[in-house]
Amino acid sequence: MLRLDRVSKTFRTGSFGGRELHAVREVGFEVAQGEVVSLIGESGSGKTTLGRMILRLAAVSEGSITLDGVDIARQKDYYRSVQGVFQDPFSSYNPIFKADRVLEMIRQRFFPSMGAADWRARVESSLAAVRLDPGGVLGKYPHQLSGGQLQRLLIARALLLDIRMLVADEIISMLDASTRIDVLNLLGELKGRGLGILFITHDLSLGNYVSEKTVVLRSGRVVEMGRTELVFGNPLHPYTRNLLGSVPRLHRRWSEEEDAPEEEATCFYHGAAGRDATWPGLVEAEPGHFVGCATSGTCAPALELVR
Amino acid sequence: MSVVPDEKAAVATTGVRAEALHFALRNGKLLAGLTVLVVLLVLGLFGPMVAAADPNAYVGPQFAPPSGEHWFGTTIFGQDIFTQFIHGLRATFLVGLLGGGIAAVIGMAIGFTAGYRGGIVDEILNMLTNIVLVLPALAVLLVINAYLGIRSIPVQAVFIGLTSWPWVARAIRAQTFSLRSREFVDLARLSGVRPWRIMTREIAPNMSSYLFMAFILLFGGSVLIGASLDFIGLGPTDSISLGLMLNNAARYNALHLGMWWWFIPPGLGITAVVGSLYVMNVGLDEVFNPKLREM
Repeated sequence: MLRLDRVSKTFRTGSFGGRELHAVREVGFEVAQGEVVSLIGESGSGKTTLGRMILRLAAVSEGSITLDGVDIARQKDYYRSVQGVFQDPFSSYNPIFKADRVLEMIRQRFFPSMGAADWRARVESSLAAVRLDPGGVLGKYPHQLSGGQLQRLLIARALLLDIRMLVADEIISMLDASTRIDVLNLLGELKGRGLGILFITHDLSLGNYVSEKTVVLRSGRVVEMGRTELVFGNPLHPYTRNLLGSVPRLHRRWSEEEDAPEEEATCFYHGAAGRDATWPGLVEAEPGHFVGCATSGTCAPALELVR
Repeated sequence: MSVVPDEKAAVATTGVRAEALHFALRNGKLLAGLTVLVVLLVLGLFGPMVAAADPNAYVGPQFAPPSGEHWFGTTIFGQDIFTQFIHGLRATFLVGLLGGGIAAVIGMAIGFTAGYRGGIVDEILNMLTNIVLVLPALAVLLVINAYLGIRSIPVQAVFIGLTSWPWVARAIRAQTFSLRSREFVDLARLSGVRPWRIMTREIAPNMSSYLFMAFILLFGGSVLIGASLDFIGLGPTDSISLGLMLNNAARYNALHLGMWWWFIPPGLGITAVVGSLYVMNVGLDEVFNPKLREM
């Protein structure tokens, strides 16, 4: 459904755009209907920039993003199909207007001719879908509602449109533990309705909990991606291993982690694809599991190529 | 509050304004400031029609304190100070509104555009702003005056307006920059809202009391710049303003001669006009910002 093909983003910084900052480099993956893809990476890895490009809030520098084969930049009613929810629920609302204005803006743009009663019914059904009580949230100011309510109201806003794809950028990282799981389960329900969800997070366990596919991003590059159980069960990239190693697990003791073999001079990617393989790139380690070059100073071919 | 469900939709757009009005009419500061301002405005607008036509005519005894005949007394030359005051009030409002208005419009247009667009547009507008900012307004005025001459108060006001906008542009640009990166702006874009509406409906309302304050500062600044220009002889020579009255009083040593009636009315006039605007601004802050309304 939504497909990214060698997508790059370069920011121009400095006076008159003198310097370049590569935020995202040649990223490619696909989100299918009814599928949750988690995009995992540390701060500054480019995951939010990717989300913004998918939402057309930032222009794509190179490569293409397509929805059903058509470039998203050329789609007229793109936001009818693709919507987003952001990290900070309090900053997502204009503080001087009532919170339900976000719903009203959808009506003005997308349903200008819909009758008041029909609209009311539509609002109520999408509020019900996120388990919000209309009386509890409509007509209130953002500072009168809780973070969980605000975040669910934003999802309800997206559901007013018949969206097929939702970009959820760290949507639960500012919520407390009990509302967290509610919102997370809500994403599961949306998936059941056939929505494709791009779940952007820095939290591995959350990614594991909700997603079918996992994309691990580092410094703007995909280092490893594939079906979640493969990436989590058999991590091949040293960065992914490090990430997973830092999550305590029930079935393993920390002392066993020490037994991990020394990094080989050639990374998995260059071991499998040959020393002359172009870089960056990904190699299919097993069906549905792709790995990139380690490039952390341990991969000799990568170091040669840089030279 | 009972809102019929079917009316709910219409409420969202008109509701904001109706609600602002509701709080505005109950805000003491706003009403007090507005009352003083309206009284002075009416005095300045309609006073000159009733009073003598020429504020600089020598009509009375020289050096006379306030009396039934000359309400605010007379100057050292025998000019009626009340006549000068109401004519001066009109000129002061004109310089303040026109000068402050022009500067506010230019400053806001450039500030919003630069802050929202960013990139190369911002670089160019910022450069323009900085050039005007460092332009020695006084020197330029001397040159312009030598060639064209500033013959009337409107021309003076336009000149003040064209040179005093840069700090507003810079301040609004900075505010717009910080508001633009807030997620509600992204959300408005996801709702298909056009850039112009995002600026006017999402960003500007968040700084409406700031915008009003900028206008008040420009208004007060224009009045004072006008007074200083009059003082150094670069203003219109044959008219009167509150600033010119103050400067005349200073020039002819009214303070040393004990002629308090010469400088207190114009001084109080400027203070009342600018001060009432400030008080209104504090009141408006409470009207615009729902967080400040709650006790």
